[in-house]
Amino acid sequence: MTEIKYTRKDFVSDQEVKWCAGCGDYSILSAVTNALPEIGINKKDIVFVSGIGCSSRFPYYVDTYGIHGLHGRAAALASGVKVSHPHLSVWIATGDGDSMAIGGNHFIHLIRRNIDVNLILFNNEIYGLTKGQYSPTSPLGHVTKTSPHGTVEHPFKPAELVMGSEGTFFARVPDTNPKMMKEVFIEAAKHNGASIVEVLQNCVIFNNNTHEEITGKEVRDDHQIYLKHGEKMIFGAENNKGLVLEGLKLKVVTIGEDGYTLDDILVHNAKDKDATMHYLLGRMSLPEFPVAMGVIRAVDAAVYNDELEKQISNAKATSKIKNMNDLVNAGETFVL
Amino acid sequence: MATKANNVVEVDKVVVKFAGDSGDGMQLSGTQFSDTSAILGNDLATFPDFPSEIRAPQGTLAGVSGFQVHIGHTDIYTSGDDADVLVAMNPAALRYNMSHLKTGSTIIVDGDLFEPKNLKKAGYETNPLEDGSLSNYTVIAAPITSQTRTILKETGLDVKTMDKSRNQFAIGIVFYLLNRDMEEGAKFLAQKFKKKPELIDSNVLVMKGGHNYAHNLQLIHTTYRINPNLTKKGKYRNITGNVATAWGLMAAAERANLPLFLGSYPITPATEILAELAKFKNLGVKTFQAEDEIAGVMSAIGAAYAGSLAATSTAGPGLSLKSEALGLAVMTELPLVVVDVQRGGPSTGLPTKTEQSDLMQALYGRNGEAPMIVMAASSSSDCFHYAFHAAKISLEHMTPVILLTDSYLANGSELWQIPDINQLPEIKAPLVGENVEGGYKPYLRNEENLARYWAVPGQEGNQHRVGGLEKEDVTGSVSHNPHNHEKMVQLRAEKVRRAVVDVPNQELNGPEKGKLLVIGWGSTKGAIFTAWKQLFNEGKDIASACFNYIMPLPANTEEILSGYDQVLVCELNNGQFVNYLRMNFPNIKFTQFNKNQAQPFMVTELVQKFNEILEA
Repeated sequence: MTEIKYTRKDFVSDQEVKWCAGCGDYSILSAVTNALPEIGINKKDIVFVSGIGCSSRFPYYVDTYGIHGLHGRAAALASGVKVSHPHLSVWIATGDGDSMAIGGNHFIHLIRRNIDVNLILFNNEIYGLTKGQYSPTSPLGHVTKTSPHGTVEHPFKPAELVMGSEGTFFARVPDTNPKMMKEVFIEAAKHNGASIVEVLQNCVIFNNNTHEEITGKEVRDDHQIYLKHGEKMIFGAENNKGLVLEGLKLKVVTIGEDGYTLDDILVHNAKDKDATMHYLLGRMSLPEFPVAMGVIRAVDAAVYNDELEKQISNAKATSKIKNMNDLVNAGETFVL
Repeated sequence: MATKANNVVEVDKVVVKFAGDSGDGMQLSGTQFSDTSAILGNDLATFPDFPSEIRAPQGTLAGVSGFQVHIGHTDIYTSGDDADVLVAMNPAALRYNMSHLKTGSTIIVDGDLFEPKNLKKAGYETNPLEDGSLSNYTVIAAPITSQTRTILKETGLDVKTMDKSRNQFAIGIVFYLLNRDMEEGAKFLAQKFKKKPELIDSNVLVMKGGHNYAHNLQLIHTTYRINPNLTKKGKYRNITGNVATAWGLMAAAERANLPLFLGSYPITPATEILAELAKFKNLGVKTFQAEDEIAGVMSAIGAAYAGSLAATSTAGPGLSLKSEALGLAVMTELPLVVVDVQRGGPSTGLPTKTEQSDLMQALYGRNGEAPMIVMAASSSSDCFHYAFHAAKISLEHMTPVILLTDSYLANGSELWQIPDINQLPEIKAPLVGENVEGGYKPYLRNEENLARYWAVPGQEGNQHRVGGLEKEDVTGSVSHNPHNHEKMVQLRAEKVRRAVVDVPNQELNGPEKGKLLVIGWGSTKGAIFTAWKQLFNEGKDIASACFNYIMPLPANTEEILSGYDQVLVCELNNGQFVNYLRMNFPNIKFTQFNKNQAQPFMVTELVQKFNEILEA
């Protein structure tokens, strides 16, 4: 699209970054600024949009256009930017409080409409900016300032909301894997439609190590599976575990044990229009399963902003009314 | 009134009310009558009156919907007080409208439906056609249903379809009574049923049947003629307030050379603005029917940031939901037009009825010091003008504007003189060019009107961030500095005050000093003006003024208000504008006249009130 060669530095703004030392947001910011030079879009055409929360300070730290909106409303704000000016590359930085609680409605409708934006969901399972209250993704029983006896409510899995909203792109990445984040952000940018990337992000102050069982160095190989389209669903420190389908359920098997061979292992098809398998993969959780990472779903479907532009160009081509003077003088008029 | 031969009496104005069940085609009859009157050169205003239920039980009071038309040889400023002619398609429609009839008026009813079942549904214990209760009126009880079916017997239409033409029998009688042109009535039907041509002839047949019935039976000894209004010259069209608002926004986008974006959520009585704008993809208009009111306004703010003329349309409950977002528009100093079509409140209130009770919400309903420009349209057709100017001021001053209309203006219609769009003022948003020298600074301002300069995504070199956090003056960096906040609060307020340069001086009707000045704002203009004119012509010491600009008020407001023994502020709420004026002009003594019935002012009640004060 452009011959301009950017480096990470071109996307670093002059604003002082004010996240806590050790916050997972730093690595996400770094992965985004590493990915942007490779998406082939001129930075004058990039807009970062956010709501409220720690993650929502993101736009200030990227040297593109940016608008920092209201709590929960980033998806609606971004929809207006993209639908009105579809040539722009629109990115949303949002958290689990912002998008799963107060902005849950906008989140699902953005996905349902399939507006071509990229949404990065910083999921740390806690409210950070208001200092440590449970969020809609906090696990059942989680003890926080507002749940001193443990929560009595069930958490959302963002993946399920995306599948339930007829989402066309869902990916998950841990904030501890810069390389995977970069790859996935580039995939998200390429996808035409609403791309949702859930980042398992660590809040060092209020929910430290919440994803440790998934992302910890000692366990990560056995507790994560990096899905890639067209490749076998294999994982494990020894690369010998895989996923098979039994009935309507997934099952973890060890290759070479219980009669399972490599041939039995499922091949990931991110482009399957039927989201059933993506739903199963998105739901997988410890201890029974590894947590699925990578692009779980990426399918082509009609895109809101493209369809709207088509309607406009068709209407312009066929209508006799070309301007307001034509309109006000059309139809029933009376000369007195 | 001058009597001519053939018992034709010339009158200046006539109010005709068409009333029936929701499915009786009263809106169609009303439009047919008003359009054909416009062709004859009459001035007019119309107002539909319908329940919020879509199809309430047939024949009951709850299901009555109406359409009132006021036509005149002289200028018409309201849709009229009580009716001169009532068409009541069933007993419920008669009962519902009895309190809005002039003594001596003509009532046309479908006599066939005044039988026990329908009388009971309407709550009549005795038949009003027989019990003498209508002795002060001229009653034409035509067998409309049976006549319609007889006329259409040969057509092969089923009874249900036949009955849908009953309204045409009634309109035939009205056309005879008021000397309307049957040819034009038929043309209207041909246009209306263009897509169902089989219904054109049958409807025309029934209309003629009604006309002949009135003529042959010599029921009507005197007919009336309303001559053309010769003061009106030029090309007109009949337009509702909501359509005029939508078109005003479109015209502004064209004159500003910006794309138009409306983010909105359906809500009575504002929905037609969204529906109207949705039609015009041929003109590049983008409408976004959002998932809720908040997403409606937020998407509009996003579109504004990206460089559109952005608007959102709503009614009072929706404005409440949008409050936080309006603060964001104030803080980011982006142009945004918010149209609030007011309705009866609070809460869900009276969704289809009119009220002026959102004024304080528009002025102050946000957290923090969040001043916005507030304007109000005052007639169905001037919604175009005020929507256009709301957009112009918003874009040129880089600040959100609330335009208040209401159900009365939105659903009512009147003749609108078609302007030449190219002669409308140009709109110049303070857009910067690419690569602003020295770097683009989002909060650098025009020294005169304090508008910040506008850079939009897609421009090379002007990357910047805006948002809801307090920003440092000029640079736009996030700032919690106390002195900076003080400065920014004052700058945002002063920017709104300085918009007064684009607010025309307030017009005054009548003497500059005297006994009584009557004040209104927004949609009550027509009624207040008509009442004022009547008393002024009688030689009474009275002046009137109706405000369209509320924040900021016109520069000459205090001058206008001073010099009267009494200033009476009339509004359809509990005293919101009067209290705003008291706050702004503590040295002037105001009295107030309020109506909280979710109905427009009647000219007669205003005249009565003004006389009470003048004679006290």
